[in-house]
Amino acid sequence: MYSKGFAPLAWATAVTLTTAFALVFFYAPLDADQGFVQKIFYVHVPMAIVALGGWIAGGVMAIKHLRGGDRSWDMRSYVAIHLSIILGVGVLVTGAIWAKASWGHWWVWDEPVLVSFLVVFLLYCVYYPLRFSIEDPDRQARYSSVFAIAAGAFVPLNFIAVRLAESYTHPRVLSQTGGNLPGEMRLTFLVALLGMTLLFVTLWKLELTAKNASMQLKKLRKRARVAA
Amino acid sequence: MIAAARAILRKDLRIEWRTKESVPAMTLFTVTVYVMFHFGLDRDTLDGELAAGVLWVTVLLAAVIGVSRLFAAEREQGGIEGLLLAPVDRTALFVAKAAALFIFLCAVELVAVPAFALFLLGPGLDGALPELLAILALGNLGVAAVGALVSALAAETRARELIVPLLLLPLLVPLLIACAQATEPLFRPVAGPEDLARWLGLLTLYDVVFVLVSVAVFDYLLED
Amino acid sequence: MIPPRVAEVETSARENLRTRLLEQAPGLVAVVHDQAEVALVVGRLQPPLAQHEELVAHVDEGHSRDAAAQLDVEQAPVELECVVEVAHLEHDVVDPHETRHGLSIGFAAMEPAIELDGLERRYGERLALAGVTVSVPRGATLAVLGANGAGKTTLLRVLAGLLRPHAGTARVLGAELPRERWKVPGKVGYLGHEPLLYRELSGRENLAYHAALHDVGSERIEALLAAVDMERRADEPVRDLSRGMVQRLAVARTVLHDPELLLLDEPRANLDPAAAERLEPLIGRESGRTRVLVSHDVEGALAESDLALGLKGGRPAAADRELYR
Repeated sequence: MYSKGFAPLAWATAVTLTTAFALVFFYAPLDADQGFVQKIFYVHVPMAIVALGGWIAGGVMAIKHLRGGDRSWDMRSYVAIHLSIILGVGVLVTGAIWAKASWGHWWVWDEPVLVSFLVVFLLYCVYYPLRFSIEDPDRQARYSSVFAIAAGAFVPLNFIAVRLAESYTHPRVLSQTGGNLPGEMRLTFLVALLGMTLLFVTLWKLELTAKNASMQLKKLRKRARVAA
Repeated sequence: MIAAARAILRKDLRIEWRTKESVPAMTLFTVTVYVMFHFGLDRDTLDGELAAGVLWVTVLLAAVIGVSRLFAAEREQGGIEGLLLAPVDRTALFVAKAAALFIFLCAVELVAVPAFALFLLGPGLDGALPELLAILALGNLGVAAVGALVSALAAETRARELIVPLLLLPLLVPLLIACAQATEPLFRPVAGPEDLARWLGLLTLYDVVFVLVSVAVFDYLLED
Repeated sequence: MIPPRVAEVETSARENLRTRLLEQAPGLVAVVHDQAEVALVVGRLQPPLAQHEELVAHVDEGHSRDAAAQLDVEQAPVELECVVEVAHLEHDVVDPHETRHGLSIGFAAMEPAIELDGLERRYGERLALAGVTVSVPRGATLAVLGANGAGKTTLLRVLAGLLRPHAGTARVLGAELPRERWKVPGKVGYLGHEPLLYRELSGRENLAYHAALHDVGSERIEALLAAVDMERRADEPVRDLSRGMVQRLAVARTVLHDPELLLLDEPRANLDPAAAERLEPLIGRESGRTRVLVSHDVEGALAESDLALGLKGGRPAAADRELYR
């Protein structure tokens, strides 16, 4: 069910990521202030964007689950959120590396996007204990979906709030996350973003296929046991 | 639906009045935390940002206690079932619980805010009162909506007491930001520039979003 | 309205004659017991027989009971005596209290109160209920028997609209589950293991709360408190009352809104015989309501019901002692 079109997708991902890699190392100019470390930006920001997108997509899939009652949408939602959380760890780690290299501290509060991301990440981490402490499978799926929807609505709200607060007290230091990137950097960034997105979708499909297969296997085993 | 919500609310208030389980604990908690902050920060008085932050963080932590207890009686005594067996719109339960939490928070703040002024606040409260009340009202509304949703969400999980704070506190961050930022100018020794409209605007947005989301999804938490 | 003429049947509670007759003689409309045995069986009206067919059954102890299924009068080793006119029962309401030969006839051949076909309810991968098929006419009592964990309470909760069926069809009081689940509450009185009363509130306050939810007037509260003999202690918090009193209040809560269908899970638990008898007009056969009764008292339950459904591991089984093996 999920593996339709998987091979071309995987190929596209590989190609895009390789291109992005090449661009980052050979095409994008070296940043005047920060030097080589700035290149981590091409990993950090796309990862953050894709993670946030994944979380919101998880919320949308959760809406489909609740409205239709089809549990497969909940499975899709779970995998999307789950992958985004993993990406989230990557975001925070690369963010810390970048902060250390740029400002000498492992963590700074100046960058509202990163701060907002931290709060969202902390919230989504609760998804696991919430989900797995409910025993009834139907209820587990339903409650997880409710959470995914509330948390999905929360993401933009939180972003607005943090941005308002930080801009109020600390003038924004970085403007590189905006649209004002010089041409080569912008191209590299966009390719990296595309590659990250494709990677996410590929992993998403992969995990769903694996989960689906193991579920079918369990069902078959059960049927065999009952018949025996 | 309103009539049913009113009946549920009356029942909850009556039970709370008799058992006195949530409100006294929440109130005591806030006063205790003020004392802890006194020792932790080693300060006699606070003003400005620090005061606003301490006040709001404490209130929100106290809210966690209230939220944990909100659906406790229902779970233990089958109250939700009683409601499901009645020809009543299930949203009534959400409205009633959120209203109850709102009232509890107001009751707690009735003591906690003067206590704060007494123990920790440098500049006085006079003159700032109307604005403070507006912030409290909108803030309580947001906490009530989110709290009722989180309480219902955590009600069926095994690790209820752990899940509630972990879920509630991140969700309250935007509200905390708005309330603290709005309150800060009120606590300055010398009146400074205010930006109340912006923060009240954010608070209202937060309240609207979460009331809508909660009402929309609440049904799915109750059905089976 | 033409009063149906009915057959007299004697039976022993040991064999589940009624259910078997139902299975084998689908057109059979009424097999009535002597009032002392109190059993009324109603069959499903099948279209071809719903014309002016006449079906008769008179079974005498000692004769082959299975043979009662034979419509062919000559071949049946049983004596056929009376006749029930089927056609008119389709449209007329049979007065529950109208009697003939001192027998009681208990319901109307309208749309059944409960109609289940292949009902399925899962709990994760496990089947809590499967293949449950039963038709309960209005005013009849269905006994649901089975060992612990067999699915009796699950069935009750599905009928109450608390749980949704996962497969099969279910119609309760005309509402199709799960699509029209919202129609069911308000018409159903559910008495489960939990009394659904708040311990900190008094009996009167609890009933007032439920009355508000069901839009019922306060006079009814007083009437019910008197009916369950709880007037004197109606203002004490429920946590101070004995279990028997709590059960009585629970019964009051169950019938507060005058439901058409009663779902009773061990209603006589914690009640002494005197109290149980006092509650008969409310939740017993006298109430005239359709009832689904879950009980571990096989004989007792069968004695006061018209239909029996046995459950074993969620699936229908013969309603006898075998369920408890």
